[in-house]
Amino acid sequence: MLQRLSNLTLGLVPVVLALLFTTVILIIVGAPPGEAYRNILQGALESPDKWASVVTAMVPLLLCSAGLLVTFAAGLWNIGVEGQIVAGALLATWLALNLTLPPILFIPLLLVAGLIGGALWGLLAGLLRVYGGVHEIFGGVGLNFIAIVLTNYLIFGPWKPADGATMSGTDPFPPAAWLPRLGDLPVYPTAVVLALAAVALMYFALRGTTWGLKLKAIGKNQRSAFLMGIPTSRYMLGAFLVCGALAGLAGSIQAIGVRQRLIPGVSGGYGFLALLVVLLAGYRPLWVIPIALFFAAVGVGSPRLELSMQLDSALGGTLEGIIVLFVLLAQGVKRKA
Amino acid sequence: MKIEALDIRKYFGPVRANDGITLTVEPGSIHGLLGENGAGKTTLMKILTGFISADGGETRLDGRPVRFASPAESIRHGIGMLHQEPLDFPPLKVLDNLLLAFEDRLIPGRQQVRRVLEELCRRFNFSIDPDARVNTLTVGERQQLEILRLLALGAEVIILDEPTTGISAPQKVLLFATLRRLAKEEGKSVIFVSHKLEEVEELCDRVTVLRQGKVTGHIEAPFRAEQLVQLMFGQSLLRSDRSRVPLGEPALELQDVTVQTYRLTVSHMSLAVRAGEVIGLAGLEGSGQRLMLRACAGLQRPSSGRVRLQGDDFTRRSYRDFLAAGVAYLPAGRIEEGLIRGLTLTEHYVLTQRGHQPLFIDWVGAAEGMQHKIAEFNIRGQSGTPVEALSGGNQQRALLSLLPPVLKVLAMEHPTRGLDIESAMWVWEQLLERRKSGTAILFISADLDELMEHSDRIIVFSGGVMASPIDAAATSIEELGYLIGGVRDNS
Repeated sequence: MLQRLSNLTLGLVPVVLALLFTTVILIIVGAPPGEAYRNILQGALESPDKWASVVTAMVPLLLCSAGLLVTFAAGLWNIGVEGQIVAGALLATWLALNLTLPPILFIPLLLVAGLIGGALWGLLAGLLRVYGGVHEIFGGVGLNFIAIVLTNYLIFGPWKPADGATMSGTDPFPPAAWLPRLGDLPVYPTAVVLALAAVALMYFALRGTTWGLKLKAIGKNQRSAFLMGIPTSRYMLGAFLVCGALAGLAGSIQAIGVRQRLIPGVSGGYGFLALLVVLLAGYRPLWVIPIALFFAAVGVGSPRLELSMQLDSALGGTLEGIIVLFVLLAQGVKRKA
Repeated sequence: MKIEALDIRKYFGPVRANDGITLTVEPGSIHGLLGENGAGKTTLMKILTGFISADGGETRLDGRPVRFASPAESIRHGIGMLHQEPLDFPPLKVLDNLLLAFEDRLIPGRQQVRRVLEELCRRFNFSIDPDARVNTLTVGERQQLEILRLLALGAEVIILDEPTTGISAPQKVLLFATLRRLAKEEGKSVIFVSHKLEEVEELCDRVTVLRQGKVTGHIEAPFRAEQLVQLMFGQSLLRSDRSRVPLGEPALELQDVTVQTYRLTVSHMSLAVRAGEVIGLAGLEGSGQRLMLRACAGLQRPSSGRVRLQGDDFTRRSYRDFLAAGVAYLPAGRIEEGLIRGLTLTEHYVLTQRGHQPLFIDWVGAAEGMQHKIAEFNIRGQSGTPVEALSGGNQQRALLSLLPPVLKVLAMEHPTRGLDIESAMWVWEQLLERRKSGTAILFISADLDELMEHSDRIIVFSGGVMASPIDAAATSIEELGYLIGGVRDNS
């Protein structure tokens, strides 16, 4: 008990340090720190609308984090998660623009399309890694770039709106393809349930199944795992597939829910942010939820800085990045001691 | 330099690797550190050289307390360690390896280092070519290079961890002469870590014996072997008599197999291993025995020829097919290739269950299953112990305990490397027991006694050539040594 308590205190030290550090930055740029933090908080929590936005921003973070838990367990740095979101959104968009179905069929189909699109994009990174000897970080960076360029090509080419292409994306999807909201609030109950279910599923899969244990074995020592008879290539491809699928689902939700169309930056950086969430959570599934909530709140609250204090809203991102760096630093220091 | 360790303590979870160890090494002496595996020898040496930090206790050099945060710091204080596996940079030249030692200089003086190297070689009768690549040297020569490096760095205390593993007999004679000279003529302190009684008897002035993390005795030369054994194990050991088992049908056949890698080609290997037979593979490291063993387990695909398991052609089959057919492979790197650092014994137990594995793990059942194995195989650890917290001997026990109950072919690299006599004997009891159920055993060893004692037939490899098997009963250690070293031993 005491041990756990002291672990928790130790875990808080880097967060406090990160806040101090950000405070120093705020003072340097001449902004009153207290007011800045209050603005972020208010921006995230002042109205039910904002609350709903925070929950909605959590959805892609949770889905991608759930997927990344799997690839991290297998010792893989799936930087390509960002492109996998995009790929899911692309496949869903293609169907949404070209099919007409009643919502009860259309929406599940589009969600599944997201799963498949992301899974295929993830599989590609996996194949490059396992059979091509291309490290997943480099493969992922390349595939991310291709996914983004492909999106722009489609938006400004085959999928451009009838009245001309703009940065605001394709034509809106038909309403039958829209993910239902909760009343007037910008929150999507289906998406929230799916996201929480994904985290829960991975929690149990990594803890209690032979599948999860084998992934962990591969992640910790691929050679030993292979000699033990674990089909390492298949499991690594599987990890990419699962992570890609969940990221693709997030992409599909971004397209048919939040935006109701395909926009150029559909992934919104949520993939990269989810990498930080999982690192900050120390690869522990349950910690992913509160951390994703925090990241989502900062993301939703930061634009207020720009409106009311003329500060750049990137400050929120800076805060998140600094916290992650301090936590990793604390872990590194602890390991060395 | 006088080195003192006072009440050194180091715990890994519940395992007390060092439990209050005190010892003093006088300058100009060779001090033996003797103990079975898991006794705490390596842990103590790692603490003295700054690889890990102690949980308690103090290290003193010439009476002054010191604390090292890294091996680099310990070498600056004059303590150098020669590890079991040489810590050099194989693809580099000898000279460049030495250059790396002088880290402070931005542009190292090659000529100067060459002069230092040549002078040291003359002094110790070593013949190392400064321009040879390290990976062309024998293990013994790499050891010599390592000793020279430590001396060039100004080491006053030299620690050697099981230095005679894998070197030839003449190299051993040279090594011992070098160590005596370092101690007697140059006043260095030498710590000789070993589990080989005869070497310690031959070389050391004083011996400290460890058992289960504690010192069981300090003795001055001359030593009595029974007394050392008593201190190491708390009991005297008897050599077991080798029992014969009737051999069965061929379990494994190689028919004109050629294995090719970019480094080495081993051609035209033909062999039939019968159920219950033990085949020892001898040869200097890198002579082809490992390639052959890996081909037998499906880990190395032959470029021509056939591999048959119980008559069936397995030449193009995958390693997993070999596993399913009852082949097991135990590598030399127990924690590097055999076990998985960071996972517990129970987790290993779950991973190594053969046949149908349920999706959901029965953790309680698995822990119980592992507990049985721990008792049966006398592993010092708990089911929840991460494998890296086990000592080398216990890691080998764990690996053996995780093998499936019935095996057709068991292929092992260095089954007892680094193990003490008791563990080694125990391992062989386990292995030989398996012959009764018809397991054919192939093993690589650098220990001639081990090869002679346990093999039915011995195959010598030399420079990629597999010799015809010889009957172990019809040969002698001398002959075997000659065959292994033969033309290649130029030290």
